[in-house]
Amino acid sequence: MSPLFIDILLFTLLAMTALAIVRLRNLFAVTMLASIFSLLAAGLFVNLDAVDVAFTEAAVGGGISTVLMLCALTLTKRDEKRTGHTAWLALLLCAVTGAGLVYGTLDMPAFGSPDAPIHTHVAPDYIARAKAETGVPNIVTAVLASYRGYDTLGETTVIFAAGIAVLLLLGFKRSDKREGGEE
Amino acid sequence: MSHHLVLRVVANLLLPFILVFALYVQWHGDNGPGGGFQAGVVFAAGMILYALVYGVDALKKVIPAKTSIILMSLGVLIYAGTGLSSLFLGHDFLDYSGLAANSTQGQERGILIVELGVGIAVAGAMIAIFTAFAGRTPEIEDKEW
Repeated sequence: MSPLFIDILLFTLLAMTALAIVRLRNLFAVTMLASIFSLLAAGLFVNLDAVDVAFTEAAVGGGISTVLMLCALTLTKRDEKRTGHTAWLALLLCAVTGAGLVYGTLDMPAFGSPDAPIHTHVAPDYIARAKAETGVPNIVTAVLASYRGYDTLGETTVIFAAGIAVLLLLGFKRSDKREGGEE
Repeated sequence: MSHHLVLRVVANLLLPFILVFALYVQWHGDNGPGGGFQAGVVFAAGMILYALVYGVDALKKVIPAKTSIILMSLGVLIYAGTGLSSLFLGHDFLDYSGLAANSTQGQERGILIVELGVGIAVAGAMIAIFTAFAGRTPEIEDKEW
């Protein structure tokens, strides 16, 4: 099977999963479909040769966030509440924004084109320098940890902040009491 | 879920491989796909699997809530500390060239340390978030699903 065919297949499945997520009212099914959505997206990234991104998507989107959603689901109701009205304005807004985005992509260079600005700006520089300067064969790692070290420090801090925020909101309530009792 | 024999056996079989795979992704991230972030998430996923099968209290015996907070702070500190130490060695912030005898080895070492920091921070944060969520969740009866 050609990569293009796999791309089209995966994108079709992605769109179907997204539609099913919108249509379904049972939140448990929605959570499972969201996990499948991430898995399909990860497959798509592998097909686009972005293994590092695919790895992250599969682990975070397909794994951890599904478990967290299920945890959150036990604290709330299992079914989405029905709203009386149909959100025509929101649908119109989505359609207009979507059409605008599609219009924007018409100007973009052809998919995989070697002349695209993204391939002519800093990328060749990194490819030429990374191995000699850092001794690390995986250029993605070299860029993330060294050339773009500031960004990754920022990302790590964001994850730290997210952890702190969740702990401030939820705390370790039950366990703390129990642990306190044992001591 | 302690009475689900099949789940327990499968989880027991998978767990060591998941944890070793996390370490592989951590230390092999500079050669293949992966790195600190993915390693941290895979490690946390292993711990969450353990908690799903044996209960959150069992997980808390392995990694108490406090330890996960310390881990996620430690990870960020390792990262920022590496940046600061390169500052003290006479280079720019997060320029690892001075961490070893020559600049290439310094970069390699710096990347390894920084990725370890990311891994520890991510694993700690994920485990902490899961523990916080799961601690809130009442025990679920099988029939409810």
